[in-house]
Amino acid sequence: MAHGPAKGISRWFLTTNHKDIGAMYLWFSFAMFILGGSFAMIIRAELFQPGLQLVEPNFFNQMTTMHGLVMVFGAIMPAFVGLANYMIPLMIGAPDMALPRMNNFSFWILPFAFAILTSSLFMEGGGPNFGWTFYAPLSTTYAPPSVTFFIFGVHIMGASSIMGAINIVATIVNMRAPGMTYMKMPLFVWTWLITAFLLVAVMPVLAGAVTMMLMDIHFGTSFFSAAGGGDPVLFQHVFWFFGHPEVYIIILPAFGVVSEIIPTFSRKPLFGYASMVYATAAIAFLSFIVWAHHMFTVGMPVAGELYFMWATMLIAIPTAAKVFNWVTTMFKGSISFETPMLFSIAFVILFTIGGFTGIMLSIAPADFQYHDSYFVVAHFHYTMVAGAIFSISAATYYWLPKWSGKMYNETMGKVHFWIGFIGFNLTFFPQHFVGLAGMPRRIPDYNMVFADFNMMSSIGAFIYGSAQLLFLYNVIATIRNGKPVTEDKVWEGANGLEWTVATPAPYHTFSTPPQVK
Amino acid sequence: MYLYAKQLKKLALSPVLILALLSESALANTERFMTNMVPGVTELGRDIYDLHMLVMWICIVTGLFVFGFMFYSMIAFRKSKGHKPANFHENLMAELSWTIIPTIILFAMAFPASKTLIELYNTDDADLDILITGYQWKWKYKYLLDEEDGGPVEFFSNLRTPQSEILGEEVKGEHYLLEVDEPLFIPVNQKTRFLITANDVIHAWWVPQLAVKKDAIPGFINETWTKPIETGTFRGQCAELCGKDHGFMPVVVNVVEQDKFDAFIKAKQQEAAALAEVIKLEKTMDELMAEGKVVYEGKCAACHGVDGQGGVGPAIAGSAIATGDLAAHLDIGVNGVPGTAMQAFGSQINDVEMAAVITYQRNAFGNNMGDKVQPIDVYQFKNK
Repeated sequence: MAHGPAKGISRWFLTTNHKDIGAMYLWFSFAMFILGGSFAMIIRAELFQPGLQLVEPNFFNQMTTMHGLVMVFGAIMPAFVGLANYMIPLMIGAPDMALPRMNNFSFWILPFAFAILTSSLFMEGGGPNFGWTFYAPLSTTYAPPSVTFFIFGVHIMGASSIMGAINIVATIVNMRAPGMTYMKMPLFVWTWLITAFLLVAVMPVLAGAVTMMLMDIHFGTSFFSAAGGGDPVLFQHVFWFFGHPEVYIIILPAFGVVSEIIPTFSRKPLFGYASMVYATAAIAFLSFIVWAHHMFTVGMPVAGELYFMWATMLIAIPTAAKVFNWVTTMFKGSISFETPMLFSIAFVILFTIGGFTGIMLSIAPADFQYHDSYFVVAHFHYTMVAGAIFSISAATYYWLPKWSGKMYNETMGKVHFWIGFIGFNLTFFPQHFVGLAGMPRRIPDYNMVFADFNMMSSIGAFIYGSAQLLFLYNVIATIRNGKPVTEDKVWEGANGLEWTVATPAPYHTFSTPPQVK
Repeated sequence: MYLYAKQLKKLALSPVLILALLSESALANTERFMTNMVPGVTELGRDIYDLHMLVMWICIVTGLFVFGFMFYSMIAFRKSKGHKPANFHENLMAELSWTIIPTIILFAMAFPASKTLIELYNTDDADLDILITGYQWKWKYKYLLDEEDGGPVEFFSNLRTPQSEILGEEVKGEHYLLEVDEPLFIPVNQKTRFLITANDVIHAWWVPQLAVKKDAIPGFINETWTKPIETGTFRGQCAELCGKDHGFMPVVVNVVEQDKFDAFIKAKQQEAAALAEVIKLEKTMDELMAEGKVVYEGKCAACHGVDGQGGVGPAIAGSAIATGDLAAHLDIGVNGVPGTAMQAFGSQINDVEMAAVITYQRNAFGNNMGDKVQPIDVYQFKNK
């Protein structure tokens, strides 16, 4: 019955196996993480001290833009899609994804999207230099000629995400094992189901935004140009109608990962499973109706401003419910601190700090001071790095033994965690201070009053960056010659169907569906 | 509240100060460790600051509670101590209480926030109106004064920090990157309304001490206001990414007593009147060429080359425009070429400078057209 993968390189090009595709997504996202990270290193090196030392302002802008685009679309999103591919069939007792050929296609167009995007850095006039939010008209009338390649790249990424999301919805809705009702699904599956709906809803909006840009640039329309009857603010509304759900697309699967790991290492069931599901759905719903809080200073009428402030504040409620549920799960458990748990605990603490600054930013009058300052940069890195990236690291350590059949080096994992934790906080905590003190974001040079905290931030960034090389080494060393693991259930406290299959997980699993009681 | 918050801030910063001890240079200048929002010099700014501190302290207290509970759990219920796990989960009362309590706290924040926001939007009854226009990469200020008050006053405000300081060839001054050639003046204790727009891309005009930040959007006019209650010089920067030199277009506002403000406006109006006299004068070719060379090297050479050989912009030497129709040449100088880096210089340099630089372009670099433009021609072209 069992037949293994095809031999040679064609295994990877032609595969329709969810584990192969999941692994490729994960390796691709790590490559993009290193690429986006090296852009960040250039940014932090230039900001190490006042004055222009290393790069031209225009190149600096290309680095901030490409760092954002590559991290959001190349590192974080594909990493979660990779985890979804690998884990969702294992968690719901399905033999594979519902649409395996589309799965192959949605992965293989991604490297082309990023090859196009990255190659624009070498084109005449340089790559995208208008920020990852690419506000018009800076990204249309005033953009470098390579913007058309950027638009094409975004279209391909969007197509990949939409296909991936459709596949995940189809898999979860149709391929659950007998007996696995919706309210028995693991939380990672639940958060991904909701995320996939968000993706299907908003990626076309992003495609619409870049298409309107394309029309403005090449076909004489004026969607975003006031001179032709259009409106530059329209761009921001369309972008953030995509962009706000996008940040939940990034964080909801992270919630799912942490909701798997904390019960395992607390050896106690998740405290409020149902309320976690409802909170996730509530956050997803709210994400559609709060977008203009990114635009408090564009000059909306006061009524709109008040509405978006109140609606945004509401997000704190389901998010707080999640945090309380995680903490109460740990309460009276039997807690051990393996690397995945360390990352998850740090996730809860640091993401909550990001949530607190989120509440501060939602207070519209105060946002007039915070907006576009380093305070915002600190805020979203607490959610994106300590939120998404920490949870991806946690997930990797958590499931790596199941994937590879080898146990990672626990000491090295902990060293990775602590260096990363210290480096991260040293990088981003001082950015709260310089932001409040008045340093705008996206500037290559600054006054001396901001110098000391920026130097700290740069040192922290180099530390955080180098910790990731240790991560890479640990993963490769584990796969090559880690200590073999044979138990199906790698972690004592783990629950779920993925721990009922052999370790390492065979190429084909659940050819006969399991019965879930 | 404000003073009390200052005390607390010092306390909260003690770990930072310890870090500062490690660096001797940091001790020399405590100003470098600015860690909080400035309350500023307006009542509104202080309300915003109080709101910021209120919400921040609510967050910190909540955080201490949540993280305290978490660390207690981690320490008390760790496996290495041999703690056996309980098996409880799902509790409606717990879920309800951690939904309802945050809701009440949020309401408590929403009331003062809404009140301050409505005040922030109240641009009525201004004593003075100033039109602010963002350009890549400078600001233009225009005092909208009636003819009976001597007519409008307008000028550009450029970064004054020399390139040598930016490149580290000279020691950086105290106000590095936060200094301009022509600061904005506004009177103290008066409500100044700002009408904000942009000429090219979106910018944002931000002065933390005045509690003003508003996007400058091409084709639209935003309104905001300030009413400073203290005099002084207040500095800010463009807050919206606007291209290459986004980090190099600061804002400097001098808040002065009313009589000093009136004197400033008067001097500006006299300057404009004097210029109006000057443009009536006929200039010789030599005068125009000499002055044109200076203007060319200041404004044009960066893109078109010192010798008109071109660069980012097209060459001037032998160009169809500089050796063609004079009116068309003047049009490009005054109105720019929309959608390109060629700006509309008509509003950036005065009519004498424009006449000189057009004449220079038509007669230097071997163009030798032999024709010249007088300041009055530029004036008439712009006002036709």
